[in-house]
Amino acid sequence: MAYAPHIAQPVSVRIVMLKVLAALIPGIVAYVWFFGPAILVQILLASLTALTAEALMLKLRGKPVLLFVTDGSALVTAWLVALTFPPIVPWWLTVTGVLIAIVVTKHLYGGLGQNPFNPAMVAFCAMIVAYPQLMSQWPRAEMNTFEPMLRAIFASDRQLDAIVMATPLDALRTILRDPEQRATIAGILGSHATFGNIGGRGWEWVAAGYLIGGLWLLQQRIITWHVPVAFAVTLALVATAFNIANPDRFVGANFHLFTGGAMLGAFFIATDPVSGSTTPLGKIIFAAGAALLTWIIRSFGAYPDGMAFAIVLMNLFVPLIDMLTQPKVFGHRRKSDR
Amino acid sequence: MLELFGFPGGIKPDSHKEESAGTPIRQAPLPPLLVVPFRQSATGGVDIRVKAGERVLKGQCIGSAEGPFGTCVHAPTSGTVIAIEARTLPHPSALAAPCAIIEADGADAWRERVPLDAYSADPETVRSRIREAGIVGLGGAVFPSHVKMNARIDTLVINGAECEPWITCDDRLMRERAPMIVAGAAIIRHLMGAKRVLFGIEDNKPDAAAAMRTALQTAGHPEMQVVTVPTRYPAGGEKQLIHVLTGIEIPYGKLGPDFGVQCFNVGTAHAVARAVLHDEPLISRIVTLAGNYAWPGNVETLIGTPIDALLALGEPKPDTDRIVMGGPMMGFVLPDTSLPVVKATNCLLAMSPTLFPPPPPEMPCIRCGACTRACPMLLQPHELYWYARSKNFGKTQEYHLFDCIECGCCAYVCPAHIPLVDYYRFAKSEIRAREREKAAADRARERYEFRKYREEREKAEKAARLAAKAAETKAKLAQEGAAAVIAAAQSRAHPEGKDEA
Repeated sequence: MAYAPHIAQPVSVRIVMLKVLAALIPGIVAYVWFFGPAILVQILLASLTALTAEALMLKLRGKPVLLFVTDGSALVTAWLVALTFPPIVPWWLTVTGVLIAIVVTKHLYGGLGQNPFNPAMVAFCAMIVAYPQLMSQWPRAEMNTFEPMLRAIFASDRQLDAIVMATPLDALRTILRDPEQRATIAGILGSHATFGNIGGRGWEWVAAGYLIGGLWLLQQRIITWHVPVAFAVTLALVATAFNIANPDRFVGANFHLFTGGAMLGAFFIATDPVSGSTTPLGKIIFAAGAALLTWIIRSFGAYPDGMAFAIVLMNLFVPLIDMLTQPKVFGHRRKSDR
Repeated sequence: MLELFGFPGGIKPDSHKEESAGTPIRQAPLPPLLVVPFRQSATGGVDIRVKAGERVLKGQCIGSAEGPFGTCVHAPTSGTVIAIEARTLPHPSALAAPCAIIEADGADAWRERVPLDAYSADPETVRSRIREAGIVGLGGAVFPSHVKMNARIDTLVINGAECEPWITCDDRLMRERAPMIVAGAAIIRHLMGAKRVLFGIEDNKPDAAAAMRTALQTAGHPEMQVVTVPTRYPAGGEKQLIHVLTGIEIPYGKLGPDFGVQCFNVGTAHAVARAVLHDEPLISRIVTLAGNYAWPGNVETLIGTPIDALLALGEPKPDTDRIVMGGPMMGFVLPDTSLPVVKATNCLLAMSPTLFPPPPPEMPCIRCGACTRACPMLLQPHELYWYARSKNFGKTQEYHLFDCIECGCCAYVCPAHIPLVDYYRFAKSEIRAREREKAAADRARERYEFRKYREEREKAEKAARLAAKAAETKAKLAQEGAAAVIAAAQSRAHPEGKDEA
């Protein structure tokens, strides 16, 4: 280096990204255990698409292709797309989702570090708006037969009746909104096969896997406590408050935390530094806002899970949040001191 | 036990202190030719007091201090000034400035020396002695010490933290010359009226701390205390050390005495004792030779010694590709090793590609926040980087750019390998240049406006004068006219034209 400092810590963007990928593995293992290896096919498909799209875009933009393709960021986006989409969506849906994430949300905004929105979440939002039905077909819990799922992904004739089932959030929402059923939360949770002990059957273990990976990311100092804690605490507080007020209509905190995208969102998506807030207080506001929106969309919205919309909506506010939450500088009493 | 406060951020790079700290300070041989820059402090000018061809004695003042912020410069040995000419200085700017080229006669003969009793003498006398001895901060900032002593304080902090990796000159100085450091601290304490003196030493230098404690016990200074502080860069930063020891946060633009505290480096305290007690001006310092040497260590050397001569003592290994003056965190690559040792030369770090590998390619900022967590000033380095890069200098100032102490922690931890500090230096220099331009433009505008005002005033005055004159003439004419009318009337009354009036 020509100028100081002449030494540097042996870390790199690639190491950061690889650690994020490694932290996803416990969740993926649980996923495969409960829902079969179809998700691995989707991850592979998403990864190949992402790397190809990334390389092509870098080439078009005149950037050093090898350096950036190997930075790991495209793989993180690809894995998050695959993990948030149903594992049995047709292959072209995953490919389109990844292309939206990499080409539109990432590279058209200036590439690595420049995207104001979380690429994987934009992909999810776009696809669930465009293909609500396909994006709502989730496999049955403990569905271990690989062959029909593989056919669902690659074959044009999708015979899904045997393997598809509503997700816990979806089931809960549909039954609660059906005035004829007059069901209560306790009744629904006790009767339906999609629910486990805490959240959705199987899904609660996947969420626990993400929790373990997320805690490891915290220990590795890749993420700070602010986002996951603020997200989980806000979601839990709102859910608990409404659950106490009306237990027949609003489900409790543990169900919200261990169902749908909550854990993945708290540790892997809302923590995305590029599209999230960067100040300590800003991170708390960002994550708390995302959690609140998630709960609102889940409880009152038209879509079963609100994670993706909540994150993208909060991405909009990041510049404002960052501007308003500048921390106190050493020796200055308030942030306005000069 | 003193309560320690710690400071935010900071990093823990490998210290690499063992390589050069193990051996006693060596004495560098007297070089045949010395190059002594006349400007040796961060501020103030110097009045050159010698001419080419003049003989000088060791310790003789060859440049006297100009203005309240100037410091004196001395001949490091006896000999002849063979030339006074501009030479490149060992400074990041690599600018040339006047230097005295002194040919040593080998006798090393001192001028007359008059020791001073610091405790019976008038404080002003002691301070001018320190100024005349050319004492500046030896931690590397070379700010004139007498200026910093011009205040009354509560707590005196003596900085023996030496937090930069590789550098060990303060460590060896404390181990070998602790009594002199204590004597110097006592003089400064006396001058500034401090109630207590705290020696801050990082806990990776137990021998230095022990030596200082022994010296304190021997000298009997109950108001002085050695405090070991946790090893974490930049614990030796003045603001950081003061905060760790006293809990006081000194913001940008404020000075220690505003908060009742002042900080001096151990080397500076040592130099103060030598100047006052032995009348020896600051003509030598200890330089660490660390890095890619066959014989790393510490060398006491005369100011003005060519750096090449010192390097020869340490014998840089063949793959050495550059020499850094200062440490790896804040030092700069010397443009040339023939430049002289100056008062700021605390370390000559020999670098090789294996010891200091070139950085991996720069990647875009992913706003991971590692820099923010490492910043000891609690700044938002990634925001500063963004605004500096987009030349939005107003925003950089809003984000407290000038609070940045350029310690390099942010760049050290950046996983994208962005040379962050370079961006801040760039923004600072641009802002300063613009302020200078603006000041110059303001002065020009003021001059222009004053000229316009003066011209208008002169024009107005001239018009007033003319008007006055015209009025006068008119009055005169009117008077004359009236006289003529009377005369005409009279002449009409007396057609013969006899003037009877």
